Amino acid sequence: MQFKVNILHTDLLIIGGGTAGCFSALTAAEQSDCKIMIVEKANIKRSGCLAAGVNALNAYIGEDETPESFVEYVKQDSEGVIREDLVYSIAKRLNTVTKKMEELGLPILKDENGNYVQRGRGSIKINGENIKPLLSEAVYKHRSIEVLNKVNMIDYLVHDREVIGAIGFSIEEPKFIAVYAKAVICTTGGAAGLYKPNNPGFSGHKMWYSPFNAGAGYAMGIRAGAEMTSFEMRFIALRCKDTIAPTGTVAQGVKVKQVNKKGETYVRKYGEPTTPMRLYATLMENENGNGPCYLQTKGITKEQEQELYKAYLNMAPAQTLQWLEHNTGPASQNIEIQGTEPYIVGGHTASGYWIDRNRKTTLKGLYAAGDVAGGSPKKYVTGCFVEGEIAALAAVNEIQQKLSPAVDERVIQRYVNSLHRFFENGSCLYEIEELEIAMQKIMDEYAGGISQQYAYSEQKLIIAAARMDELMDVAYTLQVKDLHELLFIHEIIDRLYVGRVLIEHLKARKETRWKCYQENKDYPEKDDANWKKYVNSIYGDGKVNILYRDLIERDEAYEHSH
Amino acid sequence: MSIHIDKQKCISCGKCCKACPGSLLYQDEYKKTFIKYPKDCWGCTACIKECPAQAIKYYLGLDIGGRGGHLHIKQEEDYLDWYITSPQGETKKVRINRKESNQY
Ligand SMILES: Cc1cc2nc3c(=O)[nH]c(=O)nc-3n(C[C@H](O)[C@H](O)[C@H](O)COP(=O)(O)OP(=O)(O)OC[C@H]3O[C@@H](n4cnc5c(N)ncnc54)[C@H](O)[C@@H]3O)c2cc1C
Ligand code: SF4
Ligand code: SF4
Repeated sequence: MQFKVNILHTDLLIIGGGTAGCFSALTAAEQSDCKIMIVEKANIKRSGCLAAGVNALNAYIGEDETPESFVEYVKQDSEGVIREDLVYSIAKRLNTVTKKMEELGLPILKDENGNYVQRGRGSIKINGENIKPLLSEAVYKHRSIEVLNKVNMIDYLVHDREVIGAIGFSIEEPKFIAVYAKAVICTTGGAAGLYKPNNPGFSGHKMWYSPFNAGAGYAMGIRAGAEMTSFEMRFIALRCKDTIAPTGTVAQGVKVKQVNKKGETYVRKYGEPTTPMRLYATLMENENGNGPCYLQTKGITKEQEQELYKAYLNMAPAQTLQWLEHNTGPASQNIEIQGTEPYIVGGHTASGYWIDRNRKTTLKGLYAAGDVAGGSPKKYVTGCFVEGEIAALAAVNEIQQKLSPAVDERVIQRYVNSLHRFFENGSCLYEIEELEIAMQKIMDEYAGGISQQYAYSEQKLIIAAARMDELMDVAYTLQVKDLHELLFIHEIIDRLYVGRVLIEHLKARKETRWKCYQENKDYPEKDDANWKKYVNSIYGDGKVNILYRDLIERDEAYEHSH
Repeated sequence: MSIHIDKQKCISCGKCCKACPGSLLYQDEYKKTFIKYPKDCWGCTACIKECPAQAIKYYLGLDIGGRGGHLHIKQEEDYLDWYITSPQGETKKVRINRKESNQY
């Protein structure tokens, strides 16, 4: 395959046109006159986590809440190891971004006095089915934003430890794309597909997180030597069995309980009902012979049932289809629940780029926002908007004093050759899909997947690391036949990098801080005396180098020192 | 998780191919759309909402409880009409106003 080389220039490059990416672009377009380019691997109309719709805005400062109490809540739910400064900066702007999204057309439920109706703590009710098309329409209204759809980015262009753009390829035609920019914001979301999933057969991609978010932004940062934080705080969701549909709509929306096979509530038997504890308790009940576990919906009214059919169609239609095709529904049958495979996702937990309060990474010229940015769990949709906004404001400010970077033809040629190589590789014993299955199996068995009830030991992690390194070597020898296969191989390579860093983080935290998310069988207890700190890493010379950092408090003005 | 495309009904507009967040849909030599990687489908229904000809239906794999039912969607101004067909062939319609919030 011959690639046509396209070299483009812009002021602000945004990689990934999802939730945070679209919102950053809107902010930059409204607040500056710089040229903005969004590069998106799919199409911004329905790409990323918001594709099917979401069911609520899960981060909002409601009537009885303050930004300070929000920080306390997140801190408590996350066992104390969060970036309070980052969470606080999000909390202070949650309500203004919500207002803006409402102005863009998002329906939000209101009471007779015109106040938003809350769904449990800090969450408000919406119709989120159309949220992504609304965002993308807003983006296309700005002439200063150019959108490149169906272009998969693979690496940053770096000069003297400064990010000056990124490279990638079109998945529609053989085109190599290099974009040079004065500043770059990475908003590629988190990473799914690292572990063997709940439904490993035909419905392998019926998973909670977007299977098309393969951790590209993390991997690009890892390869370029950016500091990463808290990968060991994995996210594992408690979801409806098989359809992997969200449970919050029922648990907080209709307010039903988690019960075991005998109809007993069980979570408090194991501890305070934090997010990881609700999952851990479910696992333990199954282990103790008390499974299956359910959300106790039996007995809700027919009206409630009708509303739930609709609510699920607006975000996870598989669930409504499953009910109706079995002639049943939540009023007559409890909903069975299960834990998913682990994901790396900074919008729910704290994994991602180590950033300062402006969302600047440790690489000059590079910002990160949304699920790819670390330190602040529970940011969800609105928190991703806020981070997109903060990053955009800082980036447009930085751009004012900068000149356009120079093109380096040799670097471009090297990257073009690296793509060609996959077409020129001789035939290989292995298929791309086999590589993916092998990786997911290793992570599952040796790095705390579903089959291990999420637990691991150092000895197992050492085996996982060695095997992942072998797979990385194999990956570069595979042959691809078309552009979609070229996309697949890059997704797997990115997952291998993310998995490799994850393994070292899991190994480094010598305690068990979060049930299921990070359960180190060599050190099964939480150890506050020694481990109230961040585990960070920087990749270099083929090695993941671990470093530890002290907790940063709410009012600290943290800045990178290098 | 997957979708099924009725080639007879497909009018080759290409809208679904553009919208799929995994870019899984392609057109054959007659410009009829097909899903190239059925196992990679996330089940988001983005393609189904795009289709002006109701050529795409959505079903659950056997491994996640499928038993022959399926759904398709028709869009009418502010409404999304979801048609859910049971394995016995009975169809139920659920109408949703896109401008109204969920109750839960
Ligand atoms: C199923 C589901 C339901 C959820 N429900 C809720 C809810 O009800 N309420 C709530 O508040 N939160 C919810 N969340 C969380 C919330 O949706 C996410 O935290 C948020 O949308 C993430 O935004 P993001 O911008 O980081 O990622 P995304 O919105 O996923 O955007 C990432 C973008 O980057 C693109 N991309 C990835 N790799 C590349 C590459 N190599 N090159 C170019 N582009 C690339 C992707 O295609 C995508 O468009 C839900 C999440 C999921 C998965
Ligand atoms: S349901 Fe979603 S993931 Fe599946 S083919 Fe349609 S658009 Fe693509
Ligand atoms: S949207 Fe419908 S009609 Fe258009 S190409 Fe796709 S399947 Fe065919």
